[in-house]
Amino acid sequence: MFDLTGKSALVTGASGGIGGAIAKALHGAGAKVALSGTRVEPLEALAAELGEGAYVCPANLSDADSVEALPKAAVAAMGSLDILVNNAGITRDNLFMRMSDEEWQSVLDVNLTSAFRLMRGSLRGMMKARWGRIISVSSIVGATGNPGQGNYAAAKAGLVGMSKSLAYEVASRGITVNCVAPGFIATAMTDKLNDEQKGKILGQIPAGRMGSAEEIAAAVLYLASPEAGYVTGATLHVNGGMAMI
Amino acid sequence: MSDIADRVKKIVVEHLGVEEDKVTETASFIDDLGADSLDTVELVMAFEEEFGIEIPDDAAETIQTFGDAVKFISEAV
Repeated sequence: MFDLTGKSALVTGASGGIGGAIAKALHGAGAKVALSGTRVEPLEALAAELGEGAYVCPANLSDADSVEALPKAAVAAMGSLDILVNNAGITRDNLFMRMSDEEWQSVLDVNLTSAFRLMRGSLRGMMKARWGRIISVSSIVGATGNPGQGNYAAAKAGLVGMSKSLAYEVASRGITVNCVAPGFIATAMTDKLNDEQKGKILGQIPAGRMGSAEEIAAAVLYLASPEAGYVTGATLHVNGGMAMI
Repeated sequence: MSDIADRVKKIVVEHLGVEEDKVTETASFIDDLGADSLDTVELVMAFEEEFGIEIPDDAAETIQTFGDAVKFISEAV
């Protein structure tokens, strides 16, 4: 349905479940994709699976220089950068009273500060092209909070406020800036939960099931499409009704 | 008029969509030529590319008029 032929996309965290699905969806719609992550092997496996128009651009998002270099590497590989997907994220969960400065800072660095730097580094080309799509993967917990995730929730809520501010600045240049906020998604991370934990979570989800990575990717694909040109500053919640906001 | 001034004027005219005779020595990008703050950032980006120079942010803030731009670029190239 959505055609991204001729567009180039950078996806961070592409070695993960959701990031991989996003890369596949954008590539499937005709876009070139630069796959970023810290682990090269899964990125190369994904690039091989996608075939032509997929490029591996490893980066360490906790390192400022590595982040600054990433948009340039993506442009060098693909020729341009029209779509930025800030998907990478880490967790360092701990109760607030026990949370260390390091746990706080590492999550803010990777989940929020790197997104800021990647957005800043991608804007020049988008401004000149008068077209751009920036999509950040936030989280339901950025809106609702979650015990043990003060750092993660702060970073995920931060993405929303940051995206809205940038959306104001660049809307007149044909650049949209949005967030997708997943609820509970079946990934390697949630596979580790036991049946009792899963049952508890499912009881809070009107849809009665966890979401799939593909369902998040579909939301990202829509926001990346030409058809979503009038949607900016929005957060698209994809959570099976878990939080209707 | 110098070659640099001509090239700067061409960028300003194209980017802001103004008449060439409005772009005078003292014409302020924002007050006289209808630029918004993002336009001024884009103009600086365009100057950097046209002349192959780096214009640091603190210098960019001092470039308010067409004359400022020509003067800065003439000294930088």
